[in-house]
Amino acid sequence: MSGFIARRLVALVLTLLAASLVVFLVLDVLPGDPASLMLGTSAREDTLAALRHQMGLDQPAWVRYLAWIWGLVRGDFGISYTYSVPVSELIGQRVMVSLPLAVMAILLSTAIAIPVGVLAAARRGRAADTTLMGIAQVGVALPNFWLGLLLILLFAVTLPLFPASGFAGWDKGAWAAIRSLLLPALALALPQAAILARVTRSAVLETLGQDYVRTALAKGLTGAAALWRHAVPNALIPVVTIIGLQFSFLMAGTVIIENVFTLPGLGRLIFQAIAQRDLIVVQDLVVLLAGSVIVVNFLVDLAYLGLDPRISREGAQ
Amino acid sequence: MSRYLATALATAALAATLGAAPAQAKDTLTLGMVLEPPHLDPTAGAASAIREVTYANIFEGLTRIDARGEVQPALAASWTVSPDGLTYTFKLRTGVKFHDGTPFDCGIVKFSYERAVAPDSVNAQKGLFEPIAGTACPDPATAVVTLKRPAAGFLFGMGWGDAVMVAPNSVATNKTNPIGTGPFRFTRWVKGDRVEMVRNADYWGEKPKLAAATFRFIADPSAATAAVMAGDLDAYPNFPAPEALDAIRKDPRFTVRVGTTAGKTILALNNDRKPFSDLRVRRALAYAVDRAALIDALSSYGKPIGSHYIPGDPGYVDLTGAYPYDPAKAKALLAEAGVKPGTEMVIKLPPPAYARRGGEVIAAMLEQVGITAKLVPVEWAQWLDQVFKQSDFDMTIISHTEARDLDIYARDKYYFNYQSPAYKALYKQYQEAVDPKAQLALLEQLQRKLSEDEPNVFLYALAKVGVWNARLRGLWDNNPIPANDLTGVSWAD
Repeated sequence: MSGFIARRLVALVLTLLAASLVVFLVLDVLPGDPASLMLGTSAREDTLAALRHQMGLDQPAWVRYLAWIWGLVRGDFGISYTYSVPVSELIGQRVMVSLPLAVMAILLSTAIAIPVGVLAAARRGRAADTTLMGIAQVGVALPNFWLGLLLILLFAVTLPLFPASGFAGWDKGAWAAIRSLLLPALALALPQAAILARVTRSAVLETLGQDYVRTALAKGLTGAAALWRHAVPNALIPVVTIIGLQFSFLMAGTVIIENVFTLPGLGRLIFQAIAQRDLIVVQDLVVLLAGSVIVVNFLVDLAYLGLDPRISREGAQ
Repeated sequence: MSRYLATALATAALAATLGAAPAQAKDTLTLGMVLEPPHLDPTAGAASAIREVTYANIFEGLTRIDARGEVQPALAASWTVSPDGLTYTFKLRTGVKFHDGTPFDCGIVKFSYERAVAPDSVNAQKGLFEPIAGTACPDPATAVVTLKRPAAGFLFGMGWGDAVMVAPNSVATNKTNPIGTGPFRFTRWVKGDRVEMVRNADYWGEKPKLAAATFRFIADPSAATAAVMAGDLDAYPNFPAPEALDAIRKDPRFTVRVGTTAGKTILALNNDRKPFSDLRVRRALAYAVDRAALIDALSSYGKPIGSHYIPGDPGYVDLTGAYPYDPAKAKALLAEAGVKPGTEMVIKLPPPAYARRGGEVIAAMLEQVGITAKLVPVEWAQWLDQVFKQSDFDMTIISHTEARDLDIYARDKYYFNYQSPAYKALYKQYQEAVDPKAQLALLEQLQRKLSEDEPNVFLYALAKVGVWNARLRGLWDNNPIPANDLTGVSWAD
């Protein structure tokens, strides 16, 4: 177990270093000068040079890279070129939107998908299965931003129950914050739930065909008991894998939904930072997101250990 | 079926009760903007969004530009100009304080102007201050600014956001905590979402009627429409969704105002490159573009222009008839210049819709005269680097948003590479003209010269389409400079 964690930590550091180098090099060759973006079309050459000097962009690339990495090691993420505030502060504010949004979306999607998937598997080939999987098929094809727009039209414009956009902020109270995240979370959750339900259904179908389920039925368990006690727990590994993937996607991949709902989350920050060549913010965010994907994968692996004791026994041998 | 009907009725009833909240005396304003400002110091960045939040609300200059684009007194109550046009004597308002209590006097003027021209200055319009030789303070309420050479339009320039007054003890933090002399004081910036400000109770002038204002940043056109329709926003002065305007016009809660901006949208040509170095080709392109159809296709409400100047600017002459839409003439001119049918030209398109959608329309028009336009979308950073800095382009579509910027055609090096000694001489004459009548006459000559040489294909003046609550009064219909001046905004009863 400790060997497992140690190996994971080494992999984490190496991956982060590789990610940092790649993002730094890519941004370095990308056309676009942050100084001229900030000063626009009337700026004079001496003004641009003064700003580049102020931002440290007149230094050679390797000096900038090492300075950045050394800062990260000490926990200093640097100062945003455009916002002129510490990047850690920016990211801190954005995480307070993106993380709860991702968690809400995952909870919603799991709460919808698992019962639906299990039910469809149990009723395989019957009307309930066909209907649910038909709806799921539509759900998979549904783009989440379009769903978001429909939700806004219905629940904010026609029925003014929720704000159409924006984030109230946690300082306005937990309910206000959750209220402004509910529609976007739903828009994110439904297509995810559709995918997850299909995965759940096929995983449960597979375990339902296993010998141990037949044995359970043979020794007199009811169908429902065999389903919930034997088939479902054994079907959870692929389900948890997909949830892990979806969570990683949600942390960074919500840029479109964040735009539709105008939420100040990480996705929009990285999008804005790329457009404005706020290089330091892009670099920090890429490393941070790479780190969070690795951490989520690690948690998924730990969950495997809990779900299937055979994995840790094999690891110990 | 009846159950559906019941649901629909209940829905409608609910919507009616919630929508018809009693109108109460309102004294706050929530306003939508497309772009979030990168920071809030207009003296250290070019982004229009900085001015759209801070200009005239938080920061003020010696002069100010009003809704019609005219120069008005601001922190200078009055001024006199010496007959040679070299000495400006400003009488400053007394008793003015910055939001942190710092008194405003001539020392602040001297500091602000000297900071703008200093070697380490990062002022995006450093050129505006370049003519200044020095600022003297005979007494705290008088500022005497001397120039190296006469500069027509100096008072207009000192009314820009780049020339606002800043205090020495707050310049370092103005980007995140702007401290000015204006009628509103900054309170909070939720990055990625909003900037909030409240009425400045100690304001030197007439107190604003609004107690507080919030600027929210909603870029997505559908989200902007939804936010307006849902009442989350009271106003969206530069509304980004022209396709939603018909629906909004029909709704009595809103008013739609079409006004002007200083934006001159042009099809810029690289005058250094063949075949654009040939006047006949440039004129052919001007004949090939149907401006009215282009404006219509973009549902942009813009007005055609015939040179780098917009209706309403001082000394404006209408030159839109110089190159009427005439594909036959365009083809003849191209043939004369030796441009063969099927010649490929690249148009680089920055992100705004006027460029991306406009590019498609213009490509179709050029196709009619035998030119194959290849459209290359670029993002802003690339545009600035490739087109603007390195002049690596054939054609590009761009809106020049700086007001009255005829000077860009007189520069030694500018991205479209127009070089005309005659124009430069005229511009110098204009700069040095002290008599207002002579200035106007020269402005007219400058426009005529540009139309004659057609260094770029002048397309249309960018319109400003504003949407706001029908009970809201006092917002600017026009944007002669980027601003959302809230000084005179109020709610009708």
